[in-house]
Amino acid sequence: MSHFGPKITELEEPFGLLTFSASAEDIIPILEYLNQNDRLRFKFLTDIAGIHFPDSKGKEFGVIYHLHGFENAVRLRIKVYLPKEKPEIPTASKLYASANWMERETFDFYGIKFIGHPNLTRILNMDDMDYHPMRKEYPLEDGTREDKIDALFGR
Amino acid sequence: MSEIKTVDSPEGFEGSGFFATSLDKVIGLARSHSLWPLPFATSCCGIEFMATMGSHYDISRFGSERPSFSPRQADLLMVMGTIAKKMGPIVKQVYLQMAEPRWVIAVGACASSGGVFDTYSVLQGIDRIIPVDVYVPGCPPRPEQILDGLIQIQHMAKNEPLRRREDPEYKALLKSYNI
Amino acid sequence: MAKELEIIKTTSDALALNRPIEDDRELTTLNLGPTHPATHGVFQNVLKMDGDKIVSGVQTVGYIHRAFEKIAERRPFYQITTLTDRLNYCSSPINNFGWHMTVEKLLNVEVPKRAQYIRVILMELARISDHLICNSILGVDTGAYSGFLYLFQEREKIYEIYEEICGARLTTNMGRVGGMERDLSPTALAKIDDLIRNSFPKALAEFEKLMNRNRIFMDRTINVGGITAERAMNYGFTGPNLRATGVDYDVRAMEPYSSYEDFDFEIPVGHNGDTYDRYMVRNAEMWESLKIIRQAMDNLPEGPYFANENHYYLPPKKEVYRSMEALIYHFKIIMGEIEAPIGEVYHAVEGGNGELGFYLVSDGGRTPYRLHFRRPCFIYYQAYSEMIEGLTISDAVAIMSSLNVIAGELDA
Repeated sequence: MSHFGPKITELEEPFGLLTFSASAEDIIPILEYLNQNDRLRFKFLTDIAGIHFPDSKGKEFGVIYHLHGFENAVRLRIKVYLPKEKPEIPTASKLYASANWMERETFDFYGIKFIGHPNLTRILNMDDMDYHPMRKEYPLEDGTREDKIDALFGR
Repeated sequence: MSEIKTVDSPEGFEGSGFFATSLDKVIGLARSHSLWPLPFATSCCGIEFMATMGSHYDISRFGSERPSFSPRQADLLMVMGTIAKKMGPIVKQVYLQMAEPRWVIAVGACASSGGVFDTYSVLQGIDRIIPVDVYVPGCPPRPEQILDGLIQIQHMAKNEPLRRREDPEYKALLKSYNI
Repeated sequence: MAKELEIIKTTSDALALNRPIEDDRELTTLNLGPTHPATHGVFQNVLKMDGDKIVSGVQTVGYIHRAFEKIAERRPFYQITTLTDRLNYCSSPINNFGWHMTVEKLLNVEVPKRAQYIRVILMELARISDHLICNSILGVDTGAYSGFLYLFQEREKIYEIYEEICGARLTTNMGRVGGMERDLSPTALAKIDDLIRNSFPKALAEFEKLMNRNRIFMDRTINVGGITAERAMNYGFTGPNLRATGVDYDVRAMEPYSSYEDFDFEIPVGHNGDTYDRYMVRNAEMWESLKIIRQAMDNLPEGPYFANENHYYLPPKKEVYRSMEALIYHFKIIMGEIEAPIGEVYHAVEGGNGELGFYLVSDGGRTPYRLHFRRPCFIYYQAYSEMIEGLTISDAVAIMSSLNVIAGELDA
């Protein structure tokens, strides 16, 4: 807090897990500080998730980092919001090797680009898929299947 | 006399030192009791297959002693588990590599029709890409159901003509799958 | 004679002598493809080999991507339990109860002690079931098939217990938000008792006698696929794989959930994170799970097995047929119209492979706005290509089975 001051916004603690927001430019310095600081020691990146809010203008896509400091038994959640036109954020994979595939998964699902990632390609879906399926505008089902009548299934 | 019940011999004409019957029946008998499966296990149904292979629900009683992972030496392709669209070409390739006579069991709801997963990434049933002989429903099916499916394949193997591959109906079926 | 020796010297020993490979053409490409008996589940590794040694590998996953996270945005909370079954299908009760605990955290539901103890018993049984598969398949991959057959008998007994409790063998869909759907019947208690006192300790001791100090097994697994503790933590390892490197991180001990703080158990750790250590850690964890189940069975408290929250837990059928409020609650819950608060919650449980986390963002509606599964297999499998460098294919196979990668959890 004292170190980064105004760059950290929206501090809250839902369900006992300290959460704050940051911007895309500051996220890597923040992560580095949390990792290397002797007192904080957040050496474990638990999770990176993407999220899509089609209704909030200018902050449509979000990347949510969960960190964990084993020695202090503290968890932390950092949210970074990105606009729809330019969903880019620097990669955390140089700092945490586990971020590699997690960022690929987020890219695969939401189309968020991670600058500096060694291999930003699709990981779970087929390589020739041309859309990012977890975005809210796409349906769950495959549009090209023929034998399931949507009206009967209530879709 | 041992207590093991052996298979009945097919009908034929017997005499001293010879037994005459049709080749279809003898070969059908031999084939049906030694089907070597290719366990194409992708997800949860694969674990139930492992339980079927275990000693409680022994599948080797039915002749499937040697699960062959090489398609060239397998008779029966058991597709167990969800087949995603990414996996589809691989199932097709494995099926093409199998030599005749070959049968296919779709084990589980996901392999039969996509199952619970009506999504953009799951193939809604493997019969979209390869012809299937027996469907075993269940999520996952109990080992007894899998064995029942195997017994149905055994009936099919016993009763079908020797050269099914020459049959025009079979050829038309394969053609409809572009095989 | 001299010519033959020349040919031998050019390729294979370059790696052993630590000479750099100048020419990529000397390497062969081998596809350890999606259908392979040794890869349990569908993973593809395209390996570049120098003779018998692996130089590098490229992994492809996603062959069983079933889009769980997208499906979860469509379903009310209690219908997502069936999805969680199919994540780590070797130990489905852990996934089920982890999900229920996440929803209970969001809805602020307090689960009574008896239900918590029952959940602990079932989760530890599931953990035993998962580790049994991993260790027996490690035996099969290194050539010892009979261990698999003997241990699967024990798994059949665990399946019988599941069947007694919830009706299904593998995809259990156990429990409800707020507790369990029914109490443990006397048959179930008797079966659990028989398993933990009579049959399982003997079977596991027999398996250990077969494998632990077996010369062949030790030669195949010691110093194969080692990873240091710092590297493992950087790669996001959790669970037995991390504990084998020496870090004693266990979600049950660090953030106890569902009354784990009442139980006295140890966390086994290894030394150098190789295949043998992972195997031994899993064996030791099975003995610890047995201890926990015994303690839970001895101290099982009396009381209700569900929380008295009519808004979230289906009322008993007798009430539904009689009283109007119960009928309305029943209708509302089935239709999914529960009052979920707007918020986000992250809850983690110790699955068979490590920290299984559920990140749930709710917007107050019937279905989650976003549900993300923190799947341990997906995260630690990244390290596989680093772990197999310089080893042979048979080592690569042993490493993959000791990591216990489960396809359903990896691809979700």
